[in-house]
Amino acid sequence: MSAAAGTAPGAVKSKRPVTTLGQQKRQESLTAYLFMAPALIVFLIFLIIPIFFAIYVSFTNWNGISPLGQQARGAIGTLVFTNETDEAVTIPAGTVVNSIGSEPLAYVTTEDITLEAGVGNTVQVPAKAADDSLGTESNIRANVVQNVEDPALAEVVSVNNPLPIAGGVNNAYEIVGTENYTRILAEQSLAQRDFFIALKNTVYFVLGVVPTQTILALLLAVIVNQRWLKAKGFFRTAFYFPSITSSVVISVIFMWMFTQEGLVNTLIGALFPNYENVVWLDDPNGVIHNFLGLFGVARDTVGDWASQRVAGITLWDWISGPSVTLLTIMILNTWTTIGTMMVIYLAALQNIPGQVYEAAQIDGASAWQTFRKITVPLLAPTTFFVVTLGLIGTFQVFDQIFVISSGGPAKTTLTVAYMVYENGFRNSDMGLAATTALILFVIIFVFTMIQRIFTRERAIE
Amino acid sequence: MTTMTANEARITSGSQESTARRLGRRVFSTLAIGVLILFALAETMPFVLTIANSFKCLPPTRQEPQSFIPVPPFLVECTNEAGTMRPAADTSTALTFNPALDGYEGIFEFNFGRWFINNIIYALAVTILRLIFDSLAGYALARLKFPGNRVMFFIILGTMMIPAIVLLIPRFIILKEMGLLNSYQGVILSLAADAFGIFLMKQFFESIPYEIEEAAQVDGASRFTMFFRIVLPMATPALTALTIFSFQGTWNNFMDVLIIVNQNPDLYNLPLGMALLQGQFGDTLIWNIYLAGAVITTLPLAIVFFMFQRYFVEGISYSGLKG
Repeated sequence: MSAAAGTAPGAVKSKRPVTTLGQQKRQESLTAYLFMAPALIVFLIFLIIPIFFAIYVSFTNWNGISPLGQQARGAIGTLVFTNETDEAVTIPAGTVVNSIGSEPLAYVTTEDITLEAGVGNTVQVPAKAADDSLGTESNIRANVVQNVEDPALAEVVSVNNPLPIAGGVNNAYEIVGTENYTRILAEQSLAQRDFFIALKNTVYFVLGVVPTQTILALLLAVIVNQRWLKAKGFFRTAFYFPSITSSVVISVIFMWMFTQEGLVNTLIGALFPNYENVVWLDDPNGVIHNFLGLFGVARDTVGDWASQRVAGITLWDWISGPSVTLLTIMILNTWTTIGTMMVIYLAALQNIPGQVYEAAQIDGASAWQTFRKITVPLLAPTTFFVVTLGLIGTFQVFDQIFVISSGGPAKTTLTVAYMVYENGFRNSDMGLAATTALILFVIIFVFTMIQRIFTRERAIE
Repeated sequence: MTTMTANEARITSGSQESTARRLGRRVFSTLAIGVLILFALAETMPFVLTIANSFKCLPPTRQEPQSFIPVPPFLVECTNEAGTMRPAADTSTALTFNPALDGYEGIFEFNFGRWFINNIIYALAVTILRLIFDSLAGYALARLKFPGNRVMFFIILGTMMIPAIVLLIPRFIILKEMGLLNSYQGVILSLAADAFGIFLMKQFFESIPYEIEEAAQVDGASRFTMFFRIVLPMATPALTALTIFSFQGTWNNFMDVLIIVNQNPDLYNLPLGMALLQGQFGDTLIWNIYLAGAVITTLPLAIVFFMFQRYFVEGISYSGLKG
């Protein structure tokens, strides 16, 4: 980024022939850059360059393991295993093979393969380099790979003919163009299905949590703001405290409260003797499905449309609603953020001058009219801010999913943010992960813009 | 009902309330207090019960999770002479329990002490760096004229819009390329300045009267002297708010730490350690230990919160009004 970009007003003035003033200005600019430098360097390295990096990686199939910038090196190829026994041998994915030669190179198989029974039978297994010590193209081809790390397996197989490398160059990663984007958006693929499952879950999460927390926060703020209320400070503290607590800690507490024999079920059971314990943390059933089920509506009875697939998911599954487990995490999220939102609303409420209400009272407006026609419109900018905060927070829900459910049961708590992590760091598919993250960025941006238009129109009305 | 009373109120000129309205008001206030107390209970009871259960033996955390009144005998043994776990009924009833320290002893059998120290290191280092970097940058943006001033401000502001999840992968790459993965420096440097802090400091410096600096300038003080001797001491309220937000944010940081030090358990912070502790418990979670960990993780922040509550609340409302 060029610091002197653009024409700042100061630049025009410095053309004046007054040297002392010019010197002074140059001095000031220099000081300013010195002042800015530390923060700018941090921003540049950890925020701005990474954004462009994310875009670059989204056009590759980088695995996150081989070093970037070493495209010609590295290895993704095949190993040939030979059976030494009369029995069928399974070679599990993740079997490590050490090479012997000029450089130690380790390779890991990436698929489960079974070698047929019989001495001398061979099978080709796709493999990739295990660590950063990739070596050069030439020694990958030349060296004979011999020993398998698992001793039990090493006894029954031998590895010969190392890594016939496909393509030779660009094996660590390749520029794949828009492949990651089409995988998610256009093709019928596992990646697409997972993405839309995640998107569905995330949207249910957002649509459930954001309105609920906004309305509840406003309601509570209005109550706490009442003149006759005592112990305001206590209530403010009580509501705000959860939002300063670590999301991981809150997730642990909720996991404990929502276990099958736990606090929540005990409490509900005490109030309703007929209550059957809900398995909050492991129930993939959608709440809308459950609700429809009360009226005997099920997938088989609603007609053929339910089996139609859109983006790899049946229409019936699209309308599932959040699963019970996701609902639990939605409750957790609302519970945590309500306090922040309430404090923001409270500050805005206290900024509304008392005369406004007095005028309304003289005009004979009822409490509800005052709230509806005066308080809510005056709070519109605050509502915009609260909803934006809510959208950004809920669209990225990650910590709670990581701790509580890891995306399960049956992928019903898989969110887009969690999918980014899983693809990148569990499945070693950084390209797909970066693509997913960027698509999420665009979605959040669009949602924020839409709600901006909405709030602005409401304000104009 | 409200429209009728509205007309009546206009006739009686607002000074005297009609009985209907007064009744309505009473119903409203009773309902309002009810709602408020219900929510306050829902927000506070989980913490109260977490503390209570962290001081229980294991069986009562499952069978009597709701009991919260500690009664003597204190500091009971959770195992009996035969070496087996005492049943829940031995140490708890529906409302009371005998406190034990098993949870707190248990949590330190993991790497918990190390994570606690790491958390302090991360939070302090990041906070100190942010105080310096953010206030320097905030001052330059607020007070100094230089080409690119506005552009830089908008770029910094713009980065606030970037979702953290988008940075997850590229940050990992950068740190990997720099050889900073699995190191203290990796965590600390990547969090060493933040847009919110710069914004906060800039707004504050703009509110300080310029005359004070002018006077110092006449005396021939350099910008640096002026900044450190005169301007910064005046910025104590903003610096306090920044300290609190940075400390809280870093203390609770989970995602960045997860990505950066994932491979070295000795560098975990408390949230990461707590999140991954599940896997170390075996088949079932040992709740008194886990909840003790939750209490210790929260305690330092809770102390800071109750000491500086005003700044927390002011800071959040401040950012809210700007939005």
